Amino acid sequence: MPAPLKPKQEAAEARLSSATLPQGAGWITEARRAARGRLEAMGLPSRRDEYWKWTNPATLAAEEAPEAALFDGGEAPIFEAAKALVVTFVDGVFDAEASDDLALEGVEIERLADASRADIHWARDLYGRLEEAGQEPVQRPFAALNTALAPDGLVIRVTGTPSRPVELRYLHRDTRSDAMLHHVVKVEEGASLTLLESGPGAARFSTVLEVAVADRAAFHHIRAQGRDHERRTVTHAFARLGTESVFKSFTMTANGVLTRNECVIELTGDDASAHIAGAAMGDGDFHHDDTVFITHDAVNCESRQVFKKVLRNGAAGVFQGKILVKAGAQKTDGYQISQSLLLDDDSTFQAKPELEIYADDVACSHGSTTGAIDETALFYLRARGVPRAEAQDMLVLAFLAEAIEEIDDPALGEAVLDRLQGWLARRRG
Amino acid sequence: MLKIENLHVKLEEEDKVILRGVDLDIGPGQVHAIMGPNGSGKSTLSYVLSGRDGYEVTDGRALLEGEDLLEMEPEERAAAGLFLAFQYPVEIPGVGNMTFLRTAFNAQRKARGEEEISAADFLKLIRARAKDLQIDADMLKRPVNMGFSGGEKKRNEILQMAVLEPKMCILDETDSGLDVDAMKLVADGVNALRSEGRSFLVITHYQRLLNHIAPDVVHIMSAGRIVKTGGPDLALEVEENGYADILAEQA
Repeated sequence: MPAPLKPKQEAAEARLSSATLPQGAGWITEARRAARGRLEAMGLPSRRDEYWKWTNPATLAAEEAPEAALFDGGEAPIFEAAKALVVTFVDGVFDAEASDDLALEGVEIERLADASRADIHWARDLYGRLEEAGQEPVQRPFAALNTALAPDGLVIRVTGTPSRPVELRYLHRDTRSDAMLHHVVKVEEGASLTLLESGPGAARFSTVLEVAVADRAAFHHIRAQGRDHERRTVTHAFARLGTESVFKSFTMTANGVLTRNECVIELTGDDASAHIAGAAMGDGDFHHDDTVFITHDAVNCESRQVFKKVLRNGAAGVFQGKILVKAGAQKTDGYQISQSLLLDDDSTFQAKPELEIYADDVACSHGSTTGAIDETALFYLRARGVPRAEAQDMLVLAFLAEAIEEIDDPALGEAVLDRLQGWLARRRG
Repeated sequence: MLKIENLHVKLEEEDKVILRGVDLDIGPGQVHAIMGPNGSGKSTLSYVLSGRDGYEVTDGRALLEGEDLLEMEPEERAAAGLFLAFQYPVEIPGVGNMTFLRTAFNAQRKARGEEEISAADFLKLIRARAKDLQIDADMLKRPVNMGFSGGEKKRNEILQMAVLEPKMCILDETDSGLDVDAMKLVADGVNALRSEGRSFLVITHYQRLLNHIAPDVVHIMSAGRIVKTGGPDLALEVEENGYADILAEQA
């Protein structure tokens, strides 16, 4: 039975009325108002909603964000070696001093706060549009909330192939911060961009990323969610893919009391490819949820989902992944794997893989496993002299490897691997 | 080198006694072979010596150069110089063969208080050893034992032995699943490692491996005990007459 609507609508109303409404030109005000209307109609989610039964949305929905202690891991920024054009937000507020000049050949980068003041802007055709389309058939209330309220973010138009990635660096300095950012990316025909995101962002942090990838264009996205133990994060990525385009997204998550990453992808042009991957490691009070919806609506497209979670000391993992193949989307090649490695009996993993197929010439496979460390492999490593803890870490990293291999750039893959190794090594004591 | 005294072992989970008083004394540089019918406890002996879970030692002891092996963790035994070539080498997806070997090599050195060596130096070391065993670069790059044929897995075991340079090597049915050529290659690998300071315990069903790896001493094991010990001729006797005669003789 679906959750009663009225309390959800009241929760939405309360949340909206307590918020500061961002200012902007007519087009964005209209888009924000429309999003507000969507949210008022659907309400904020409750535990009784089908897609929230394993993840409690209460603290994401609450009017006040719970506090989150600051965490300093004493580490250099993870993607430093990528020499990206860095744009920094501190608790959701743009930090000009810590940001590079936004000029880079092959790409136009603007702050949403600036773009939203222009009377006419190309972002009008994207802002909130992919989010709106992504509300069917599964509602994503926090994305609508973000579209309605996010005061800033980046608006990126890619026309060529920039010489370096663009990195969004999210710092968290206020234990009570409650931040929203909304990014819009338009990758023009034949163009290509690598977008990096790193850091915790805020005590409670919401991001929406809307990406339109035109024909023969490519978008690579690599994200490392900050290690703050008490942070709460909800993210949405909405992507629409043109003919022969490529979309790749990888997310590393270590720590965080609550993380919900939703990814909604629509393959609308023939021969397009979408890969989404995640490697999550949680210890103790950690809840991580990957919710994915991929729609194949064109011929000969490929999609691949690889999600791995390592959980210990009562950590919880959730995976909800759906592949929808529409009638006519022949020659679809869909693959989905979600796996968890539970390092003790207290940790839990819930998975719901879904396939819905209306075409008759497709290859779709999915699998989900939950397991412990392979004792035979562990003994083999130890019998060769590798101490138990180190051997276990080797097996943990081996388990995550398939997801990490989805990162094309070897240096970025190495950076992610380094972090994961560091995280494990610290727990070895 | 390896001294086993009155070793009694049962399964941890059930009341099944497997070893009923094994005595063995392998001197430095010696090659001993243990033969015996299925279920006689040969493989259990190798697992107990290397420290695998699931077994309970109820009596007796095992010393490696005077050190009590049974008190050590598996990794400590390896660092002390014990090596078990597995009957069924384990496949480990996601761990590169080379990374695995280098990690093991350096872990052992670290445990012995020696300097770890760099990736580049290690590469040089392993290349030479791998060449002798006809292990190509591709096999070194692949995940541990993944997609390896039976022969490749056994060669990989011998490669690990050649790189780790243990003092006491236990070969558990290394000949199983090997064709004649592969067996020759593996035996050559083992023979190349024979030296005054290194001892071998070769566990096998058949005499044929012992044609290639000539033992100094042959033991026959049955029902958890060494029932007969002799020279290389004993293996030939088994080959000709089977175990029945010898076992009948003991009864």
